[in-house]
Amino acid sequence: MKRKPRRKVAVIGAGLSLFMRRALETGKELSYYAASQALETAGVRLKDIQAVVMATAPDAFDGVHMKGDWLLDGAGGVRKPYTRAYVGGGSGVFSIISGWTLVASGLFDLVLVVGEEKMSSCQPHPQGAFLTIFDHTIERPLGPNLLWIFSLEQHRYMSSYGIRNEDIALVSVKNKRNALNHPAAQVAANLSVKDVLASDVVAWPVHRLMVSPVSDGAAAIVLAAEHVARRLSEKPVWVQGVGWSLDTSYWGNRDLAYPRYVERAARMAYGMAGISEPRKEIHIAEPYDPFAYKELHHLEGLLLADRGKAPDDLARGRFDRTGELPTCPSGGLMGVGNPIAAAGVMKVCELFWQLRGEAGARQIPGNPERGVAQAWGDLMQIGTVAVLGVH
Amino acid sequence: MSEGVAIVGVGAAVPRPLSRDVSYREMIFDAATRAHTDAGVTHHEIDSVVSVCEDLHEGTSITDEYVPDQLGAVLKPVQTIAGDGVQGVATGFMLIRTGIADLVVIESHCKSSNILRHGDVLEMALDPVYDRPLRANPHYIAGMEMRRYLHESGTTEEAVAAVVSKNRAHALDNPVAPFGARIHTDDVLASSPLCEPLRVLEMSPYADGAVVFVLASEERARRCPRPVWIRGIGWISDSPWLAMREWADAVYASLSAQMAYQMAGIASPAEEIGFAEVDDTYAYKELQHLEAAQLAPRGRAGVMTLAGETRRDGRLPVNCSGGSLGMGYCFDASALYRIAEAARQIRGESGRAQVAHATTGLVISWRGVPTQSGGAVVLNAD
Amino acid sequence: MAKPARAVRKMDAPPWLALRGSPLSDDEFHGKVSTTSWIPRLEYGWDAGIAISRFLEGLKAGKILGVRCRVCGRTVTPPRAFCELDFRPMDDWVELADTATINTYSICYVTWDLKPLRKPQIPAVVEIDGTTPRVGFLHLIGGVNGSSVEAIRKQLRVGMPVRAVWKKPHQRAGAITDILYFEPVKRHPER
Repeated sequence: MKRKPRRKVAVIGAGLSLFMRRALETGKELSYYAASQALETAGVRLKDIQAVVMATAPDAFDGVHMKGDWLLDGAGGVRKPYTRAYVGGGSGVFSIISGWTLVASGLFDLVLVVGEEKMSSCQPHPQGAFLTIFDHTIERPLGPNLLWIFSLEQHRYMSSYGIRNEDIALVSVKNKRNALNHPAAQVAANLSVKDVLASDVVAWPVHRLMVSPVSDGAAAIVLAAEHVARRLSEKPVWVQGVGWSLDTSYWGNRDLAYPRYVERAARMAYGMAGISEPRKEIHIAEPYDPFAYKELHHLEGLLLADRGKAPDDLARGRFDRTGELPTCPSGGLMGVGNPIAAAGVMKVCELFWQLRGEAGARQIPGNPERGVAQAWGDLMQIGTVAVLGVH
Repeated sequence: MSEGVAIVGVGAAVPRPLSRDVSYREMIFDAATRAHTDAGVTHHEIDSVVSVCEDLHEGTSITDEYVPDQLGAVLKPVQTIAGDGVQGVATGFMLIRTGIADLVVIESHCKSSNILRHGDVLEMALDPVYDRPLRANPHYIAGMEMRRYLHESGTTEEAVAAVVSKNRAHALDNPVAPFGARIHTDDVLASSPLCEPLRVLEMSPYADGAVVFVLASEERARRCPRPVWIRGIGWISDSPWLAMREWADAVYASLSAQMAYQMAGIASPAEEIGFAEVDDTYAYKELQHLEAAQLAPRGRAGVMTLAGETRRDGRLPVNCSGGSLGMGYCFDASALYRIAEAARQIRGESGRAQVAHATTGLVISWRGVPTQSGGAVVLNAD
Repeated sequence: MAKPARAVRKMDAPPWLALRGSPLSDDEFHGKVSTTSWIPRLEYGWDAGIAISRFLEGLKAGKILGVRCRVCGRTVTPPRAFCELDFRPMDDWVELADTATINTYSICYVTWDLKPLRKPQIPAVVEIDGTTPRVGFLHLIGGVNGSSVEAIRKQLRVGMPVRAVWKKPHQRAGAITDILYFEPVKRHPER
């Protein structure tokens, strides 16, 4: 992966549904809400769209096998080239990479990207969909659940760098507060660190308020080739760089304290975007925050904070909406909600609005010119990174 | 910079009904090693990897977790396409076309023998509100489609049976096809109905397998020993609703083929395509797909088959590998087996199954019931 | 069936178009809206393969096995038939100790569907002694008293040595659960 891409690709429209604990709508209907809004804001019609990308996490949520095929009409994919790329929780941000691939390859000029998740269909609890993420022979007989991998990783992160739970709880406080200004938000709140630490311990060191909610929702963007973007949009937001990296599945053989796969993905994306000093050249970040510590973990992997030092930066306000490097100004997954693949696309939507100066009450000061969105998934294993900018 | 993309390495496990001795990881490792060796590359040189798999085929949620190790792709840009094999190849093709990758690996595998009852998996592909409550064996969709196809095209049941007879005979000449047999069309017609008019012998038997390709940019491919060029590729998904589909026509296949032909600059497919490897998950599909791809006029694919024109020595050899009927049905890896066999033909490596003058070949794929997703690939020697 | 009112939320923030969606309350979700249900009956019998089969046979015999790569020299467990880094067969089998070091652990108070557990589970990643670099796998910690975070944390810490507690030989089935859990090694010098 050394050479420069041949074509420039821009985001020219974005759309969301509400994020909800339980939606009346089906996944197809939620997809339609987000997709139609993205098309409307881009000023294009479905018939102009040449190809469609769908991002959605495990089939087990919907209880539908080959669910990409089942969902495609809600995403406008009928009789079009349609693909569902899948990298677990990283799928949301990966979908813009898929869409970028379609346009940058020269095969298509106008592509619709939809992220959808309807977790509430999975009963008695959507966590059931995660019981089978573990190795069928050497892990599943131990009865693991999803919380384990996060709590194990958080503890390793804390013990490696001497980080306290109070430092991590602050992520929940910041993001849930940021989400108060987000119209799609499901769990926005004004809380204190004390409130977070007073919530139940679900799997020590993880407290309930350090976990993002289960959600239903959808998000969508429209991507265009340069010549189309310049014709259709006054303020296209360019996809300057993309990167992704998948680490080994033998997760017990890895250093859980540092997400080296996020660093690989970030270096790939920064290289493509011509970024050599990310801390100076990136003005806004939407790191993946399904659990509070993940935001800090990922900021380090993104090379936006020193290893083990992101909690210090957070404590001194560096990541506040008015700070030096605002992170998750949307409210992130901790505040807006976590319909998995849709949440990743929501982060890209946020960069789109922030970079266009259209984020209203959420707008960060200083006319940001470049931002990074990142997601993560699988067995703590994949980093997906997209760098967006106004130039 | 030139735009060509070629398949430079092919590695395929021999498909077989059971594979108790190896895990899917070990099977893929073997196929990947063969693909790398075939291409003359090492795993260090691979820029990116695309795997094609589905959760419920594996019995693992987020099954893309388990992809990287057996492909030598730890910490590389790896992604999974939960779709048809051609969609995976298309993704690799596009990654190279963007200019950021020179060598991309595509992988798909199938451990159907590890699914105790595939019917229960397939049932879950049906719409949970409209179709599942009927509690019908999902193969009924193929039965209905076959009925409508026969009705509208005037194709006979003998012609469909002749596809089975031909493909299983072809498989006898393919050393890696486990289901080679001499079966007369009468035997096929006498086999028990699965979902009438579809008969048991008209459905491909399940097999385990794994296929790995190495794709290369034009520049890089020129340094590999035996490139086979992807001249055109297309993939289309039609409506998932059972209530609103063209039962007689494979619209996804005709649109995919059009997309691939346009890219390849093919104006008269029937004249320019020398041979085809097309999806034959159910025997009638071969006929429907040949017509969708304009290799036979509407209603003529069956007649051509009965006349022997689609045999290896015929005017348009089709599925000389044995197809899925002869090699086994490997879910989304089936498309990769068809492409692998087409590439072998173009390289002239098909031995007794070799077609004369195999310069330009067409592959048509399909994801199986209840989907209407498929793809098309045009391959040629230079 | 009562149809919940469609919620449309407007706020001084993009997107400027109103967002659509109809959130359901608990009550509406459980009985007030039409639903359809399906209980999957999927069953799989996975082929363990060359490496994991041998690993499981080792467990049945009360041994933790690993493999060594002749190129990079790493000794790893769980065993694999190939080195994922050097991409060559990995077939130099070694018997490892059944002692390990805690890489990380957690104290889990809920089941997967968030029902409270009276006695918490303590999952851990344990680095099996004899591997290079120190690597291991997921298992459980046992032999610990009490159930509060404070009580358990007093007895466990990252970097602590632990030892496998095995099922009795006749009870072993050739499964990861042939090891009941790992327990802290008493009076063991600190690493």
